[in-house]
Amino acid sequence: MKFSEQWLREWVNPALNTQELMDQITMAGLEVDGFEPVAGKFSGVVVGEVISVEPHPDADKLRVCQVSNGQDTVQVVCGAPNVRDGLKVPFAVVGAVLPGDFRIKKAKLRGQPSEGMLCAESELGLSDSHDGLMELPADAPTGQDLGDYLKLNDVTIDVDLTPNRADCLSIKGIAREVGVLNSMVVEAPEIEPVEAVHSEVPDIAVKAPSGCPRYLGRILRNVNLQVESPLWMQEKLRRSGIRSIDAAVDVTNYVMLELGQPMHAFDRDEIKGGIVVRMAEQGEKLVLLDGQEVELTAETLVIADHEKPVAIAGVMGGEHSGVSTKTRDLVLESAYFDPISLAGKARHYGLHTDASHRFERGVDYQLARDAMERCTALLMGIVGGEPGEIVEVSSDEHLPGDRTIDLREQRVADVLGLAIDRTTVEEILTRLGLHIDKLLKDGWCVHVPTFRPDISIEEDLIEEIGRIYGYNNLPVTEPVGSLGLRPEEEAVRPVSAIQNYFVACGYQEAVTYSFVDPKVQQLVDPEREGIELANPISSDLSVMRTSLWSGLLKTVAHNQNRQQSRIRLFETGLRFLKDGDAIDQQPMLAGVVVGSQLPENWVNGRRAADFFDVKGELEGLFRLLGIDIQFLASQHPALHPGQTAELVRDGEHVGWLGTLHPQVQKNLELNGAILMFELSLNSIVSGYVPNFKEISKFPEVRRDLAIIIGNDVAFADVERVAKKHAGERLTALRAFDVYEGESLGEGNRSLALSLFWQHPDRTLNEEEVHSLFNGVIDALKEELGATLRS
Amino acid sequence: MENLEQLVQDGLAAVESADSLQALDQIRVEYLGKKGVITQQAKTLGKLSAEERPAAGQKINEAKGQVEQAINTRRSDLERAAIEQKLASESIDVTLPGRGQDLGGLHPVTRTLQRIENFFSRAGYTVEQGPEIEDDYHNFEALNIPGHHPARAMHDTFYFNPGTLLRTHTSPVQIRTMEAGKPPFRMICPGRVYRCDSDMTHTPMFHQVEGLLVERDVSFADLKSTVEEFLRVFFERDLEVRFRPSYFPFTEPSAEVDIEWGREADGSIKWLEVMGCGMVHPKVFEHCGIDAEEYRGFAFGLGVERLAMLRYGVNDLRMFFENDLRFLRQFR
Repeated sequence: MKFSEQWLREWVNPALNTQELMDQITMAGLEVDGFEPVAGKFSGVVVGEVISVEPHPDADKLRVCQVSNGQDTVQVVCGAPNVRDGLKVPFAVVGAVLPGDFRIKKAKLRGQPSEGMLCAESELGLSDSHDGLMELPADAPTGQDLGDYLKLNDVTIDVDLTPNRADCLSIKGIAREVGVLNSMVVEAPEIEPVEAVHSEVPDIAVKAPSGCPRYLGRILRNVNLQVESPLWMQEKLRRSGIRSIDAAVDVTNYVMLELGQPMHAFDRDEIKGGIVVRMAEQGEKLVLLDGQEVELTAETLVIADHEKPVAIAGVMGGEHSGVSTKTRDLVLESAYFDPISLAGKARHYGLHTDASHRFERGVDYQLARDAMERCTALLMGIVGGEPGEIVEVSSDEHLPGDRTIDLREQRVADVLGLAIDRTTVEEILTRLGLHIDKLLKDGWCVHVPTFRPDISIEEDLIEEIGRIYGYNNLPVTEPVGSLGLRPEEEAVRPVSAIQNYFVACGYQEAVTYSFVDPKVQQLVDPEREGIELANPISSDLSVMRTSLWSGLLKTVAHNQNRQQSRIRLFETGLRFLKDGDAIDQQPMLAGVVVGSQLPENWVNGRRAADFFDVKGELEGLFRLLGIDIQFLASQHPALHPGQTAELVRDGEHVGWLGTLHPQVQKNLELNGAILMFELSLNSIVSGYVPNFKEISKFPEVRRDLAIIIGNDVAFADVERVAKKHAGERLTALRAFDVYEGESLGEGNRSLALSLFWQHPDRTLNEEEVHSLFNGVIDALKEELGATLRS
Repeated sequence: MENLEQLVQDGLAAVESADSLQALDQIRVEYLGKKGVITQQAKTLGKLSAEERPAAGQKINEAKGQVEQAINTRRSDLERAAIEQKLASESIDVTLPGRGQDLGGLHPVTRTLQRIENFFSRAGYTVEQGPEIEDDYHNFEALNIPGHHPARAMHDTFYFNPGTLLRTHTSPVQIRTMEAGKPPFRMICPGRVYRCDSDMTHTPMFHQVEGLLVERDVSFADLKSTVEEFLRVFFERDLEVRFRPSYFPFTEPSAEVDIEWGREADGSIKWLEVMGCGMVHPKVFEHCGIDAEEYRGFAFGLGVERLAMLRYGVNDLRMFFENDLRFLRQFR
C-alpha cells in the first residue's frame, strides 16, 4: 500500500524524520518497500496568473501571454492548448531549475521574447500527464512558491503489507500502529451522521447473507458531477498511488484510503427497481468499469438491480451503472463482504482491485456506517446534493461477531523466551486497541477489536506483544535438547560421496530444471509418457522429466554452442514416472561425456572419451559403493544399438550406459560421440560393511593364455566359463589384451587372459595349477569354440 | 724388491688412467687378483730366509694395500661421475604441466547445500527429503494455508490437477516428518522448489532449506540464537542480524531475518533480507497430531541461491540453471 507521509502526519506526527519513521514501521512488521518524493526536484516555480493571451504573430500553435508572478507581469510564449485568461498555473520564472537540471532562461520563440515557462504536471515530476498545463485552483495565491502551496515536501511511502495486516490498508490503520509505537494519541477526523433531507431510500435485498452479511445504501440526490474534486484531495490520492477520475470516484477512493472501507457509487437512474445482493447466475454477462465483458460463474457474488448484475461484489462495478458527469442522483454502497466468499474471485476474472485486495484480507465489519457518513459529508462538500437515510441490511449470524481470547502470562514467557512484566503486556495490548475484558488468575481475557480479524488465537496475541516489545529486544538463548545419537548405516553411502567421486573424475555437476521440453524428452525416452504441467511457464518447460538426460543434453548443446568441446557433466535429482494413477518420484544419477577423455595435454591429450573410459569410471564408483554391477549388452531407443549396456545388480535393472544414438544426436544438433549413463540412486547407494579375511602367507601363481574366439562371444561369457572351471582358489582373472586382425580370420578376435591362484594355507603345487589351467582351456574350447593362440 | 716398487708405480698409473669401472676391475685383477702381478710376489717369499720373510711379506701387503686404496678411490670417482651423467641425462622440464584427469566441480547450489547440511548435522539435525510433486494438503492445508488464503496467490503454484502440484516450498517436509515420527524433532530439508514465475530475479525452480526443531521447551529466543549463529557461521563473519515481524501462515510469531550487508551513504547499516522463521503455529501441530501444549517448535526457511549469490558474489540468478561450464568451473 502506498500512502502520503504528510497525510499520515495529519493523524499522528511523531518526532521522527522520514527515514526514522520508515525504519520504525518496518521493524514493527509493516515493511517499507520503497519511497519516492511526490514531485521532481525543482526551484523557482511559483503560482502564476495568466493575465492575458494573444496569438503569436508568426506561429499558429503558440500564444503570447502576460503572466503575473505576484510582483511583476512578464511575457511568456506558451504552446499549451489550455492556456487562457485568468488561469492559475505553475510558473517557472527565469532562473528556475526544473527536474533534470533544466534551467529556465530568457529566450525568444519565433521572434517573441519569453521570460519563463508555464508548466505541465509532467514537467514538475508530479505525474506523467502532459495534456496541457497543470491547472491550479482560482484561489491559489499568485506568487506563492509552488512547493509551499502544494506542500510538496512529502514522500510517497510504499509498505509491503503481509496478508494478515488488512487493518493497515488505510491511513487510519497505519496511524494506529505509529501511535502505538510512539505512545502517541492519534487524531482522527470527526465523523458525524449526516442528516437526511428527504425520505427516498434505496430498495435493498440481500439474498446471499453469508457472502454479504452487511450492506448499507443511501441515495444522494441532485449532485453536480461537473465539479472536479479539490486539488488537496486529488493530491492525496495521487501521492497514495490513485489517479483522480471524478469527484464521486475520488471521494469513495479517498474514504477507502483514509478508513479502509472500499465503497462504490452507482448512478441511480441506471439501477432498475432496487439493489439485490445475490449469487450470479451461471453465464450472466457484465461489462465492467474497465470495459471488459465477463461471463459470471455461479460462485460469484454480485450486486444486481431487478434486471441484471451491476457489479461484482467487492471487486469492480459495472460500466453501465457507473457515474458520469451527467449523473444526477447517486446510490452509495458501503458493505462488508465475507473474505472467504470473495477469496480468489477477482483473480478468477483476471482482476485485482484495491477493493478486492481489502475485502479478501478482511475489512472491519463495523466500519461500513462510519465510512458511509464520511463519504456523504465529503461528497456534499464538493458536489452538493441532498442526502437520504441510510438503509442497512445486516445478518448478525453471518457477521464475524465478538471475539475474546484467554492469554496466559506463562505462555507469553514460554514462547518468547522472556517473562515480560504484566504492566508492560497490558500496556502493549491496550495501546493496540485490544481491550482487557477481565484479569484471570494466570493471565488476561482479551477482547479483540473488529479491525483485527487476524487475531484469533493466543499465539497471535503473543506475536503482538513480541512485535511491539521488539523482536530484537528479546533475549538470545541456545536451544536445549536431548543429545541422543542417531543410527547411521555404514553400508549406505551419502549422495555427497557419489558427487565428490564424479568431481574427482573430472565431471562438473549440473542442476537442470525438473520440467523439460517434451520434444527432447520424446527423443531420449520415447517409450514413456511424461507428466504434464497444467500451467507451464513455457512449452519447452512443460513436462516433468522421465530421465535426467533431457536436461543434460540441452546443457551439452548450450555449452557446445559456446565453444566448449570437452564436456563432462553429472546430475542427481528426481525423475517423475507415471505409475498407474500414482506418481513414482525416483532419485537418479546421470552423466554425459563428450570430447577428449583427458584435458588436452602435451602427450596424448586428444583421444576422445569412449565407452570403456566411462565404464571404468562407473566401475570405480561401484567399488566405492561396495556393490557388484553387471553390464549386459542391451538395446535402448536413445542409444547406439552396438554400444548399449544395461546395468544390473542381483538380477535387478539399475540403469543404462551407452553412446547416444547418432540419429538422436543429429536431431538434437549435438557434436561428437556422447557417452551417457543413468542409474537409480536407491539401487546403488547401499553396499556392504567390510569383513576381514586372513591374508595368505603363500605365493600367488599366475598363468597367462591367449585364445582366438568369435566376435559374437562376449568377454563376460569367457569370464563366466573360465571362473567356473578355475576352481575355488582362483583369486583374479584379467583380460590384458584384445586384438582383432585379418590374420585371425573374419569374425574372430584374440583375447589374452591372466589367471591368478592362491591357497590360504599352503603353496599350490605345479600339478594342481597345471590341471586347473588346462581345465579352463578345455572348457573354453568346448563350450565357446575357442582355439588356443600359438 | 725394486721390482715390487716398480709394480706399485705401474699399478697406480694404470688405476689413474682407468676410464671405466670395467677397466678398473681389469686392473684390479691384473695386479691384485689371484694371479695378479703383485699377488704373485708372495711366491718370492719362499726364497727368503725366515728372518727376512716378515719384512718382505709386510712390504708386499703394503704394496697391495696401496694399489687397492687407489682402486677404491678411483672406483668411487668413476661411480660418482656415472651417476652424475645418468642424472644429467634424466633431467626434465619440470615446468611443463602435469597430465591426467582434470578436477570437476560441484554446482554452487550443491556446494552451498553441503555447507548448510554440515552445520546443522553437527548441531544434531537430521537431513530429510520429501516428494517434489506434492498434494495440496501437505503443501498448503496442513501448513495452515486453506484454499481461500491470500497467501496462496503469492505462491504462483504449478499444478498438474487441482489437488496435485509442484511443491512451492520445502515446508511440506516438516509435515511429513512430524506425521511419520514422534517429537522431539531436529531436522532440515534441503531441496528443489517451484514457482510459476520467471524473470530477471525469479527462476521457475530454485532451492530452499527448511529447518524444524520441536522440543518440550523451546522459545523464540532459542530460534534467534540458531538463526544468528547459522548466518555468522555461513558467512564466516560476525555480522549484525535483525529480526523483523512478518507473517507466514505456518508460524506464529513470525519473523523475517535481515543481515548487515554493507553501509548506506549516511553510514547506517544496509539490511538485506535472507531468511524467514517463526514459532510453529498450533494449527500445524494439530494437523500433525502433536499437542501444542506439550511441545513447542521453531521453523526457519532460506533460499539457497540467494545465500550462494551473496556468498560468491553471483549477480544473476538465472546463471545457476544455464549450467554454462565457464560459470560452473568457477566453483571447483
